[in-house]
Amino acid sequence: MKDIREDIAWAQINKDVLKSLENPRKLYWVILFIAIAMVGVAVGCEVYQYNTGLGVGNFDNPHVWGLYIATFIFWIGMSHSGTLLSAILHLMHADWRKPIYRFAEAMTTFSLMTAGLFVAVHLGRVWNIYFALPYPNMRQVWPNFQSPLLWDAMAIFTYLSSSILFLYVGMIPDLAICRDNMHPGWRKKLYTAIALGWEGTDRQWRNFRVTYLTIACFLIPLAVSVHSIVASDFAMSQQPGWHITSFPPYFVAGALYSGCAAIITLFIILRYVFKFEEYMTMSILKKIVRLTFAIAMVWTYLNLVEYASVWYGDDQAAKHLLIQKATGTYAPFWWMMNFCGSVVPFIMFFKRFQTHIPVMFSVSLLLNLGMWLERWMIVSPTFADGYYPWTWDHDQWPSFVQWGIVFGSFGWFAMLFMIFCKIFPSVSMYEVKEMVYHRSLATKKLEATGKLAATGKGAH
Amino acid sequence: MSISTLLENYSEYRHIHPVDDVPHNPYKWAMAIDLDACSGCNACSVACYAENNLPVVGREKFAHGQVMHWMRIERYWDEDGREFPDQGARFLPMMCQQCEAAPCETVCPVGATNHTPDGINSQIYNRCIGSRYCSANCPYKVRYFNWWDYPTTDNVWPAEMNLQLNPDVTVRSKGVMEKCTFCIQRVTVAKNDAKTQGRLVRDGEVQTACQQACPTSAITFGNLVDPNSKVHKKWQAQQVELDKDEQTKDMAEGGSELRGYRIYEQLRPFPSVMYMERVRESAI
Repeated sequence: MKDIREDIAWAQINKDVLKSLENPRKLYWVILFIAIAMVGVAVGCEVYQYNTGLGVGNFDNPHVWGLYIATFIFWIGMSHSGTLLSAILHLMHADWRKPIYRFAEAMTTFSLMTAGLFVAVHLGRVWNIYFALPYPNMRQVWPNFQSPLLWDAMAIFTYLSSSILFLYVGMIPDLAICRDNMHPGWRKKLYTAIALGWEGTDRQWRNFRVTYLTIACFLIPLAVSVHSIVASDFAMSQQPGWHITSFPPYFVAGALYSGCAAIITLFIILRYVFKFEEYMTMSILKKIVRLTFAIAMVWTYLNLVEYASVWYGDDQAAKHLLIQKATGTYAPFWWMMNFCGSVVPFIMFFKRFQTHIPVMFSVSLLLNLGMWLERWMIVSPTFADGYYPWTWDHDQWPSFVQWGIVFGSFGWFAMLFMIFCKIFPSVSMYEVKEMVYHRSLATKKLEATGKLAATGKGAH
Repeated sequence: MSISTLLENYSEYRHIHPVDDVPHNPYKWAMAIDLDACSGCNACSVACYAENNLPVVGREKFAHGQVMHWMRIERYWDEDGREFPDQGARFLPMMCQQCEAAPCETVCPVGATNHTPDGINSQIYNRCIGSRYCSANCPYKVRYFNWWDYPTTDNVWPAEMNLQLNPDVTVRSKGVMEKCTFCIQRVTVAKNDAKTQGRLVRDGEVQTACQQACPTSAITFGNLVDPNSKVHKKWQAQQVELDKDEQTKDMAEGGSELRGYRIYEQLRPFPSVMYMERVRESAI
């Protein structure tokens, strides 16, 4: 199986990708419509919550965090695989990433934007959110630099701005192709402006490569640090179930895991909707599936390490919490999380399912369900069974407002993503050309050595 | 100018750590609560509602756990097989422990909760953005969030009842965190009076609302720095020291006969409230 056919003409690549900007399948509009409807639900819930107070989410006094924080971590986590594909695999010269990294990087950007919204939705007084920014002011009041939440805000902001930059810089040669091939209209004007006068000269390519590589190198430590810092929100606190040293690597592994699963989902959707069958090939799907399986095992390992260290440790409160997770109110969700996160990925172990689209689609959704539950199972049980027995609370249940906003966030993400894919090329044209070129070079080399061997034989 | 505040004097704005740091001078407000004297009558809680303008949330929100009692009486039933009304119970008044190394203070992203030089964990309502991280990290769960806009909610303070609101205390709006302040409005008045008269606050000059209302005088409040204050004497008699995460008396072989202890001392928040264990049979 080949990652890509080596005899695709370059003009054909341009044509196929540009077609995705104009002529997707009908399913595109269905997805977009559903996504916008979901956003409507979330906006309604948020307006209600904003006007009435956070009480409508059915929070209570010891149980002050809920689905918002859990879903926030989920979206932050989702963003990590875009960077994995676009930056880490770029440095490792993995050619197969080329047709799929663009949409993965877009996924990074949009899931970060979604996560950022959850910070706002979660706050009691969102209109004062700027208090958390270190802006110089007359009163000399600063945010608290000791708070992991502040590190969080800064890390996410840095990661988001770098991701947007990375996405944009990597797109410039493609934007020039769009500019050159579009009929006059608003699109042509847009591409002309943002292609920044790209002509494809040697000097431009050299500068482009250096810039791209620099941002890639900058982004990798950033990606790791962002989720480590989100983990610090919990690990730096004192609460049982949160105060765990292994949280930062555990969170990063979980992030890559849910991100890779989301890439599989979006891969399958985009492949169909934009008719990218030639570019998003089964061979590439197989490679992401294997990568996801490997990360799933890392996550499972770290999860087991956490359980074991709590079980054999001396922290009675943490142990009590672990037992409550497995047997208490949250038990169905906790077991579901372990099942989806550690058992379901074994389907990926079988070769025949690795390229089976319906199976992989449902598996990827289940994996992400598991990862969402994981975040919820980190946040909520600690409030239900914390240190202080008097405040143990097993009845708290998120109201429709919390569920509605969480539900709508998926619509918000899908909406941004779908609009992006319709306006910007979601397959990197110039890199696919490179890939085709590399492959044809390799084939030629193979043929040449084959010939040489044949003539060598003849000489004897 | 403000950058220099950040670079040079930032530590000034942080709390004073009880271990190896500048000692409190001249005030360190602290409490001693005698559980043997506590009858669980809830007068302290009621007094706190009146003094600190706590919203009365009603039955439904109470059931949802959205109650705002800064001072709560926890009731622990005896499990000796007897049924109510013969069943005994023990009571524990629980309010903010005004920890010296407070877990809530370090995690607030905007610095809305801080340590005052006289050892009170203050809460700045205007600064709070409602991230609720402080409550998440509080081991005692004594912080209460305004889930609703209580001042505009029906029946919280029905007409005319709003006239009994304490003018010395802010009425909090939705989206901010609040908690026991050791009646800081009373402390401030006493400190100001003392300052104008060129002296220190005398022992007994400030009473917290809960202390004032307690019919059995179970609650003692005062200045721990002052060697003649009642609270200092009680802490000393019980051999409980503020800056220890495990008391010397408890480390002795066979433990100690003394009743004084602090809750979750081993987590190192260095709470300012000392409880004295109950020695009598449970109240019925």
